[in-house]
Amino acid sequence: MSRSPSGDRVALWRNPTFRAYVLQGVLLAALAALIGFIVANTMANLEARGISTGFGFLDERAGFSIPQTLIEYSGDSTYGRTFFVGLLNTLLVSALGIVVATIIGFAVGIARLSPNWLLARLAGAYVEIFRNIPLLVQILFWYFAVLQALPSPRQSLSFLEIIFINVRGLVIPDPQPLSGFAATPWALLVGIVAAIALGIYAKRRQVRTGKALPIYWLGAGLIIGTPLVVFLLTGAPLEWSIPELTGFNFSGGVRVLPELVALWLALSIYTAAFIAEIVRSGIQSVPQGQVEAANALSLPGGITLRKVVIPQAMRVIVPQLTSQYLNLIKNSSLATAIGYPDLVAVFSGTTLNQTGQAIEIVAMTMAVYLTISLVVSALMNVYNARTLLKER
Amino acid sequence: MAGESMRDEMIEARRPPNAHRGVLKWLQRNLFNGPINSVVSVITIGVLIWALWPFVQWALIQADWLGDSRQACSGEGACWVFISARFESIIYGFYPEAARWRVDIVFALMAGLLAWLAIPKVPGKRWAAIIAVIGFPIAAYILLLGGHFGLMHVSTRNWGGLMLTLTVATIGIVGSLPIGIVLALGRRSKMPLVRAVSVVFIEFWRGVPLITVLFMASVMLPLFVPTEVEFDKLLRALVGIMLFWSAYMAEVVRGGLQAIPGGQEEAGKALGLNYWQRMGLIVLPQALKLVIPGIVNTFIALFKDTSLVLIIGLFDLLAIIRAGLTDSDWLGFATEGYVFAALVFWVFCFSMSRYSQYIEKRLQTGHTN
Repeated sequence: MSRSPSGDRVALWRNPTFRAYVLQGVLLAALAALIGFIVANTMANLEARGISTGFGFLDERAGFSIPQTLIEYSGDSTYGRTFFVGLLNTLLVSALGIVVATIIGFAVGIARLSPNWLLARLAGAYVEIFRNIPLLVQILFWYFAVLQALPSPRQSLSFLEIIFINVRGLVIPDPQPLSGFAATPWALLVGIVAAIALGIYAKRRQVRTGKALPIYWLGAGLIIGTPLVVFLLTGAPLEWSIPELTGFNFSGGVRVLPELVALWLALSIYTAAFIAEIVRSGIQSVPQGQVEAANALSLPGGITLRKVVIPQAMRVIVPQLTSQYLNLIKNSSLATAIGYPDLVAVFSGTTLNQTGQAIEIVAMTMAVYLTISLVVSALMNVYNARTLLKER
Repeated sequence: MAGESMRDEMIEARRPPNAHRGVLKWLQRNLFNGPINSVVSVITIGVLIWALWPFVQWALIQADWLGDSRQACSGEGACWVFISARFESIIYGFYPEAARWRVDIVFALMAGLLAWLAIPKVPGKRWAAIIAVIGFPIAAYILLLGGHFGLMHVSTRNWGGLMLTLTVATIGIVGSLPIGIVLALGRRSKMPLVRAVSVVFIEFWRGVPLITVLFMASVMLPLFVPTEVEFDKLLRALVGIMLFWSAYMAEVVRGGLQAIPGGQEEAGKALGLNYWQRMGLIVLPQALKLVIPGIVNTFIALFKDTSLVLIIGLFDLLAIIRAGLTDSDWLGFATEGYVFAALVFWVFCFSMSRYSQYIEKRLQTGHTN
């Protein structure tokens, strides 16, 4: 029995600990009741509609074709396989989008801080225009207004007669590895490992002797040079299949779906507007005094930028940048509006319509995005903990 | 006498020397101060002219504006006839013509309330807020849906266009903010179960795309309720949107709560206030004021994402325009349609973001460098 400071007995319902227990008990009961209600209703509804539950449908024959598959797939494949085809397509467009959005975003963000009035305003206009228009409108615009208005394959627009673009998509040269090419990727791996090892060695050496190695040049040389040398030594075992117009269509090369191009463009341009703002605020968050102090130490401009400004700006930029990448991955699900075969389109769309297994399919789709989000957030927390300002 | 060497009036300020003012000096200082900058400026101007001039020509100079069929399009520039001919349906969707005055009244009420709330000089904000949160929704519900007071019933299936977009956005905004505040308080609660429930709820909705939430709302929600309950399609979408955005709202509010020093709450405790009094009278007013920009940014994101309801078959502004593009009489006006849709969304979002910046400046009472 708890007592008040004056020693009197306090009524049980005034005791905060007791009240907390009661409140949580009520919450638990309410949650359990809600879940029970939902489960009971769902069971009754499913039974009334004659839908069986379970993941058995994943082994059934899908019987529909998908226009872009990164792994082997045909109409005879299972629904389980459509899941992976969709997942890979989602990851493909996300990866492409992240690369281009980062490049455009950093360029625009830095341009916004340019001393050139016109360039800064132009970058500002880019941000204000593209971040205030819904992504879905932009996707539909690129797909229906721009790509569908392109000429037919016979009147394709071409770039150096190597890359062609027409209403059916983008046709680009296709690299064809010959025998012996496998050594080159391994050489690349060796180069990267060697560069990392060199980096560690150079740092130790600098701590010990105070002498710095030109680590950026040496590292770049290792990473690019090693595979290049191996590639040439093995006799350059790579051929390019150049697209060529034969009849009404192209032979050779790889055709990139117009849906992929539209989605890629829209995702990159839209996300870049947000990244640009992040980059700008990150750079502006570094106090002017830091640069002045570096100048006072007579550090050269390049080193000031690389060792003083960028590391501090990155601490602000990286967490927000990651959340933009996550947004991009989640936003790639808008693919379903133009028919790019991503996870949501082939799995939550076609597969759900064919099998009617709404609960299982929506749950699996959500689980994929949730896993990606949680894993990236966990990595981000590790990064934040490592780069946190050390307060002494 | 000393007075003779004294002046009674100030010497008039002289104009700066010619080399330090005027258009030319401005140009030199901002665009042509050095060789690199000059080159950049010339290239930028070139690109601007190359990209903008054809667009201006297409969109304004050679465009056709009025008419009622595609014969009015000369085909040289944009044909805005596509928009003007179906302007009514873009605004009202399939709302019956005889009842459109009701939508107009709701629009007018909303504009009036927004102005009352948004313009700092107008007094009586408390009343405005009460009317906006309680009175307006009831009035809008009665007017839009009808079926009472002799008004014709208009099913939500006939709602569409800008009216539906604004309805979804308003209900989403009004609904997600209170849920978000409760979640944010729950996440900072000392009770482990309350905290756990809030964290799981927030992280779940933030981890999945809105589109899967809408799919879930449209295919799974009907399974969750007894068979007899009729679940309106619009209502399903609204439930999904509210749950989804309340999680984002909660994180914004949490940011504000974390910024309030713990001493504020302790002072409240010392005065003998209970939890809700401390939160409602001391902590939340300060925290919410801090995060107004973040809340408005969430509103903007919510507003943009209302366009996703087209994927589950509701006819919002974008869906109405897209449906118009598949009309066989009007094939080939995709550019006009989507540019117009983009413009409408842009005007709304851009004004919201400008307002948020203005409020941020107004509330900035502290001194920062």
